[in-house]
Amino acid sequence: MITLTSKNKMTALLCGISFLNLSLFALAGEMKDANDTTTKQDRIEIKDFAFNPQTITVKSGAKVTWINRDEEPHTIVSVEKQFKKSTALDTDQEFTITAGTPGTYNYFCSVHPKMTGIIIIEK
Amino acid sequence: MSDYISHDHEHDGINRRGFLQCMAWAGTGLLWTVSGGVLASKTLAQIAKAAEPLPASDLSFLQISDSHIGFSKEANKDVTETFKIALDRINAMPTPPSFLIHTGDITQLSKPEEFDTFDQVLKSCKTKDVFYVPGEHDVLNEGGKLYRDRYLKSVEAKGSGWYSFNKNGVHFIGLVNVLDLQAGGLGQLGDEQLEWLEADVKDLGTSTPIVVFAHIPLWAVYPQWGWGTSDSERALGYLKRFGSVTVLNGHIHQVLQKVEGNVTFHSAMSTAFPQPAPGTAASPGPMTVPAEKLRGMLGLTSVQYKQGKTALAVVDSTLS
Repeated sequence: MITLTSKNKMTALLCGISFLNLSLFALAGEMKDANDTTTKQDRIEIKDFAFNPQTITVKSGAKVTWINRDEEPHTIVSVEKQFKKSTALDTDQEFTITAGTPGTYNYFCSVHPKMTGIIIIEK
Repeated sequence: MSDYISHDHEHDGINRRGFLQCMAWAGTGLLWTVSGGVLASKTLAQIAKAAEPLPASDLSFLQISDSHIGFSKEANKDVTETFKIALDRINAMPTPPSFLIHTGDITQLSKPEEFDTFDQVLKSCKTKDVFYVPGEHDVLNEGGKLYRDRYLKSVEAKGSGWYSFNKNGVHFIGLVNVLDLQAGGLGQLGDEQLEWLEADVKDLGTSTPIVVFAHIPLWAVYPQWGWGTSDSERALGYLKRFGSVTVLNGHIHQVLQKVEGNVTFHSAMSTAFPQPAPGTAASPGPMTVPAEKLRGMLGLTSVQYKQGKTALAVVDSTLS
């Protein structure tokens, strides 16, 4: 049986894990109009209802930027809620995060969930 | 006309012949009557000539969809104007509809000012009762709170905004299939809403005509583009015992129809911009057509029901 005390400990532990997950990406989404301040390999273009490239590998600490080239709004949402989701990106709007802990992160567009992508973070 | 999609061997909601014919019809405006699963059609010109008012016992209502107020790109730089034109057409109808149903995507980006513009323009419509379901464009912020605060005041909505009501012996069901969507999936109703639906129709007689309306199609129009609802089969299972079920949706911005047993699925045109036919472009999304053709690809849908009959007449008319 789990005592009240151990429940509290478990709750605290889960909260801590959630906090760590959310902090995997240190800088959550700044949204802005398009510019070209990030390197090409860390940019993900949204075009024709697809993330391109669908899978991107980046170094921990790198900035990853999505830019919406469609005339439809799209969002960036972590499947496992591991980073803060974007607001709806209109045409030519960007969303940037900073990659944190190495691992594989699945994300999708919550408006058009057929759109999925993967970020692989390396040391 | 008999080549509507009555057989669907691929279970993808489309057969090529029926699809092409539906697309040929879109933009021309036809009266589609549904009786015992058999469709017949009249042109809008024929309907216009038969302009006498309906008997008091009859019910007519009108579906508008996908206004996308706030959109201003090449496919239509003035969606507010085309929405106004749609309302003008409604005001000019010889028999005013009892009410309107808006099947979602009122706005482009869920912005308060977009909702404000829609509400302001809608004031010009002589028909004041409007029933809504949200599109994915209406719930981009705060899980659709703004939409719910504005558009569910006249109904007893449950959960994220689904509800039902009765008019002239017809049972109407407004469903929400644009929230809590899962990665890689389609539109979704969810367990809570489905359980509510089962209970909602449980005590209705099988002769009660049912009209279901939702934003994303409840049939697999083109799953590759997300044009379908993952758990719609379960919803339709609760409805299959009824003699007449009409399912109305928006989202795909074009007229497509499918008949499956006693269930007729019908998707409406947008008042804002067309989208490509399924599979004919790299992706869905706003489709730019020559300016002189645009209004011929926008429109609205009128539905009429005669009490005592199972037939619901579905009329699509363009803004051209």
